[in-house]
Amino acid sequence: MGPRRLELTLDHCVSYPASNSTKLCVSGVNKTFRRDGKSVHVLEDIDLTVREGEFVCILGPSGCGKSTLLNIVGGFTTATSGRVEIDGEPVRGPDPRRIFVFQERGVFPWLTVEGNISFGLFKLPKHERERRVSHYVHMVGLKGFEQSYPHELSGGMKQRLEVARALAVNPDMLFLDEPFGALDSITRLLMRGELLRIWQAERKTILFVTHDIDESVQLADRVVVMSARPATIRTIIDIDIPHPRELSSRRYLELRDGLLDEIGLAHKV
Amino acid sequence: MRNSSKLLPLGVFAALTLAWHAAVVSSEQRLLPTPWEVVLGIAELAQRGLLIKYVVASLFRVTWGFAVAALLAIPFGLFLGWYRRGEAAVNPFLQILRPISPLAWIPISILWFGVGDGAAIYLIFLASFLPLAVTAMNAGRNVLDVHLNAGRNFGLSQTQLILRVLYPSVLPQLIVGLRITLGIAWLVVVAAEMIAVNSGLGFLIVDARNAGNRYDLVVAGMLMIGLIGLLLDAGMRSLANLKILRWGRAASS
Ligand SMILES: Nc1ncnc2c1ncn2[C@@H]1O[C@H](COP(=O)(O)OP(=O)(O)OP(=O)(O)O)[C@@H](O)[C@H]1O
Ligand SMILES: [Mg+2]
Repeated sequence: MGPRRLELTLDHCVSYPASNSTKLCVSGVNKTFRRDGKSVHVLEDIDLTVREGEFVCILGPSGCGKSTLLNIVGGFTTATSGRVEIDGEPVRGPDPRRIFVFQERGVFPWLTVEGNISFGLFKLPKHERERRVSHYVHMVGLKGFEQSYPHELSGGMKQRLEVARALAVNPDMLFLDEPFGALDSITRLLMRGELLRIWQAERKTILFVTHDIDESVQLADRVVVMSARPATIRTIIDIDIPHPRELSSRRYLELRDGLLDEIGLAHKV
Repeated sequence: MRNSSKLLPLGVFAALTLAWHAAVVSSEQRLLPTPWEVVLGIAELAQRGLLIKYVVASLFRVTWGFAVAALLAIPFGLFLGWYRRGEAAVNPFLQILRPISPLAWIPISILWFGVGDGAAIYLIFLASFLPLAVTAMNAGRNVLDVHLNAGRNFGLSQTQLILRVLYPSVLPQLIVGLRITLGIAWLVVVAAEMIAVNSGLGFLIVDARNAGNRYDLVVAGMLMIGLIGLLLDAGMRSLANLKILRWGRAASS
C-alpha cells in the first residue's frame, strides 16, 4: 500500500509491461461529453489489455458507453483523459491497420459488392486488388453477387459485405459494434459461426461490442463486463471452452449464468 | 396494359383539343384561337425563321444562366454543408433571399446589364443559384457519418474523401435539385424575355400581342414553351435514371 502501489494503479500499460503479445492497452481512460453546458460522465477509469489474436467481447447495458469506448480505441473519438496504445504506440486517429465494422449501414450504397470490397485497396496494383476481391467474395459467400448493389442484398449479406470490405485490407485488428444486432436470430447465429471461422483462419485481434450475453459466451476468449453509466469494468470473465462450443454443455451454461448474475439479471423471465 | 397506358393520355389529349375547338367555335366572342389556327401560327413562325431563332435564343440564355449557377452554387452549397458551422453562418442570409421572386430582380438586372442577354442570363442565374445552393447544402450535410468514418478508416486523404465519399453520396440529391431548378429556370426565362430582351419565346408572346393582337401566335409561343420544358425535364430525368444513380432512389423509396 505504499506509493509504488499507487503508481501501478495509475498506469495500467506500464504496470503490465507490454509483453510481445500485447496488442492493445487501455489505461485510465475517462470520457465526459459536454454539450449545452451539461456534461455526461460516460467512461470511468477504464483499464484493459488485449493480447494479439484475442477475441474480446465488451458486454454491458444499453447506453453505458460501449460504443464510446470502441470509438476511442478506433481513433474516432478522443478520451478526456487516459492512454490508449496499440502495438505500443498511442492511437492518434483511425488507421487502415484496424478497421471498424459498423452495422450494415456502413457499406457504400453507390458501389457494387466488388466496388465496396476493393474500396480500401486503392494503393495496390490491379491484379492484387482483383485477387483479394475474389478471395473475400468467396469467403463471405457472396459469389455471384459481385455486380450487385447493396440495396439488392439482404441485411445479412450487407453485413457480410462489410466484414469482407474490412478483411480485404488485411487489418490486424477488427472493431465490431453490435454488428449482428439488426439481423434476425437465425442469420445472427450463422454470422457468428462465419465470424469465428474467419477469425480462426486469419487470427485477427477482435474487439466485439454486444449486449447479448449468449453472443459473448459463444464468441469470446474473454468477456469484459461493464457497469451502467458512468461505465467501469466490473469484471473480466475467461471463456475457457474450446471451439466449436457446445451450447448446451455444462460449462457453457455455468459461464452464461455467471454473466447473468454479474449483470444482475434473474434467470427467469 | 402497355398499350392502354400510352393510349389513354393520347385519348385525353385528343378529347381536350376537340373540346377546345368546339368551345371556341361555339362562342360568339373569340376568346382564343382554335387549335388549327395555332398550328398554322407555328407553321408561319417556322417559315419566317423566327421559331428556330427564338427557341435558340431562349435555350441559350437558360443554358448560360443555369450552367454558371450550377458551377458556383454546387461547390458553394457543398462547402457550407460540409463545414456545418459555415452553414449556420450563411443560412439566415439565404433564407431571406429565398422568398424573393427572381422576377423582383428584373429592374436591378436591367440597371446593371441593360436591356439584352446579360440581364436575362443574370436573372436565370439568380433564379437557379439559391435552389441549387440549398440543395447542395442539404446534400452535403446529409452525408452519413458512418460513410465518412469508414472512408477515413481506410486511410483516405481529405481530397479522396471528397471525391470518393462526399461526391457519390450527394449525386442523387443533386440531380433531383438540378432537374427541379432547370424547370424554374425555364419559367423565369420566359418572364425575363417579356421585359428585358427583344428575342426569345417570352418576347414572341408579348410582341405578338402588341403588334396586332395575334393571339394565334401567342398560344403558339405558349405551346412551344410547354413542349421544350417537357423535353428539358425528360432529359434531366434520363440523367437520374443512370445505373450508377439508381441506389439513390432505392435508398429513398
Ligand atoms: N457525441 C455525444 N455527445 C453527447 N453524449 C454522447 C455522445 N455519444 C454518446 N453520448 C452519451 O454517452 C452515453 C454512452 O453512449 P454509447 O453510445 O457509448 O452507449 P452504448 O453502450 O454503446 O449503448 P448501446 O448499447 O445502446 O449502443 C450515452 O448516454 C450517450 O447519450
Ligand atoms: Mg452502442
